[in-house]
Amino acid sequence: MTGLQDSVWEGDIQQLKGLVSERALSGETMVLNMGPQHPSTHGVLRLMLELDGEEIVSCVPDIGYLHTGIEKSMESKRYEQAITMTDRMDYLNPMGNNLVYCLAIEKLCELDVPLRAQYLRVLLAELTRINSHLVWLGTHALDIGAMSVFLYCFREREKILDIFEMVSGQRMMSTYFRPGGLWRDVPEEFEPAVRDFIDYFPARIDDYERLLTNNPLWLDRTQGIGFLSAEDAIRLGCTGPVLRGSGVNWDIRKAIPYSSYDHFEFDVPLGTHGDIYDRYLIRIEEMRQSLRIVRQALDNLPKGPVRSNNRKYVPPPRSELGTSMEAVIHHFKLWTEGFRPPKGEVYVRVESPRGELGCYLVSDGSPRPWRVHFRTPSFIHLSALPHIAKGHLIADLVGIIGTIDIVLGDADR
Amino acid sequence: MLDPVEAITNAFPDAIQDVIEFRGEITLVVDSDRIVSVCRFCRDTKGLEYNFLSDVSGVDYYPQEPRFAVSYHLYSMVHNRSLRLKVYLPSDNPVVSSVTSIYPAANWSEREVYDLFGVYFTDHPDLRRLLMPEGWDGHPLRKDYPLGYETVQFSFNFDEIDRHKPYARE
Repeated sequence: MTGLQDSVWEGDIQQLKGLVSERALSGETMVLNMGPQHPSTHGVLRLMLELDGEEIVSCVPDIGYLHTGIEKSMESKRYEQAITMTDRMDYLNPMGNNLVYCLAIEKLCELDVPLRAQYLRVLLAELTRINSHLVWLGTHALDIGAMSVFLYCFREREKILDIFEMVSGQRMMSTYFRPGGLWRDVPEEFEPAVRDFIDYFPARIDDYERLLTNNPLWLDRTQGIGFLSAEDAIRLGCTGPVLRGSGVNWDIRKAIPYSSYDHFEFDVPLGTHGDIYDRYLIRIEEMRQSLRIVRQALDNLPKGPVRSNNRKYVPPPRSELGTSMEAVIHHFKLWTEGFRPPKGEVYVRVESPRGELGCYLVSDGSPRPWRVHFRTPSFIHLSALPHIAKGHLIADLVGIIGTIDIVLGDADR
Repeated sequence: MLDPVEAITNAFPDAIQDVIEFRGEITLVVDSDRIVSVCRFCRDTKGLEYNFLSDVSGVDYYPQEPRFAVSYHLYSMVHNRSLRLKVYLPSDNPVVSSVTSIYPAANWSEREVYDLFGVYFTDHPDLRRLLMPEGWDGHPLRKDYPLGYETVQFSFNFDEIDRHKPYARE
């Protein structure tokens, strides 16, 4: 490709050999481009569709429009500097991305995290899950044609973003979690604000359900569509609500508890039909369960520090700098050079709102990560899209893209 | 429930080059031409049942030799445990068999490794570039690939910047 003109494809259908079926090459079926600038693709997803009438024969996703080389850039940053980049991958789940990266560093360095920090991490990760599900619900309903839900969802999301701003100073790219704990303790206004939210929000979830759950139009567009069997879901690597919609009981928060998730009581909702409607019900129920966790975390929030006291990895508090020579040395070393984790590799997984978010971290003993790889749920779910979409009407594809809940920043990184 | 290290090393005594345990994670270094049969064994053997492939990712150890590594993160939903398989590949011929026939979830992950590291997967159903544009020159996640030096092209200066780009022209 040498110029803009060349990027307009006016070529021969034979060039698509191998991607589309023989029927398309002979002109029997139609090949249609969808995206990347299409409102229902939730970003910049391009799909090449082969259609027989209105039925999808095959679907070839084309991603990479939002590829920003985050994994490459992280290799040139020190461990602590690179946290800011993780926020920008899945921009609806900033705290979750921070969490998986910090957990990987902590596992690599065997760094302890105080209980208060762990509880606050859980609390904020669950608020992030609600935040992400609200955007999903709003846009998913908007795609299918229910406009008003979108406005309500974004109204409630504002309250969560206000809480994020309160703790970190940022509404979306919070970078609040750090290796060994949190950036700083939460302010005084935090607890009343979260309490307000958990008192206010359950009635709002009921509102959304009143608009959608028994709405005949919604049922028509979601029931029996986008079916995925349990075996296929496991085979194709699906996780999170997509996997649980097919009835597989696997939630990383329960299976491999991290950040003291085992201290909290919550249920994992499961589907039976594996269609769009079941996944919708699961995510709605997950919001309620997340609220339960938030409430427990807030009620039982322990007192104490929010960051590890291991000075080899965590900078000393400001107050010590004036009195302790050792603190000054640690401070200087950490901010000029960074810390050096031991040589080795770890893989950590957390349950993001979309599914399994994994971080594979390879250290060569230098202050910069040798290799960081993120296993992102949107990426794997998109690779399963052709399987789910096959045989459906093109109008239902919009619902199917919505139901696998992709964020293109997460898929492309 | 079988011990994975014991079961796999007994079944493939000559294919397992090394067993590493670090921070409670087990890594088996596998001969690159045996990875498919080891994966099949891990998935189908009763007592192991690693039925879920989380992730495939590449590592470039430049300038060491063998230069490339591909890590497979297996997980068993039945026994709730994970295992990492790792193959090392030389820089002059980084080729390994695709595990898509065992784990279809590897499809895009392997395409990503091919795209960003230039590791080839034989028997892959659709080995094309995934994240980078089709005609891209080089593999960005290799350590000898520069981090920056790409000027952003806009419509008003497209040709000007294009003239200085290092890629091959007809």
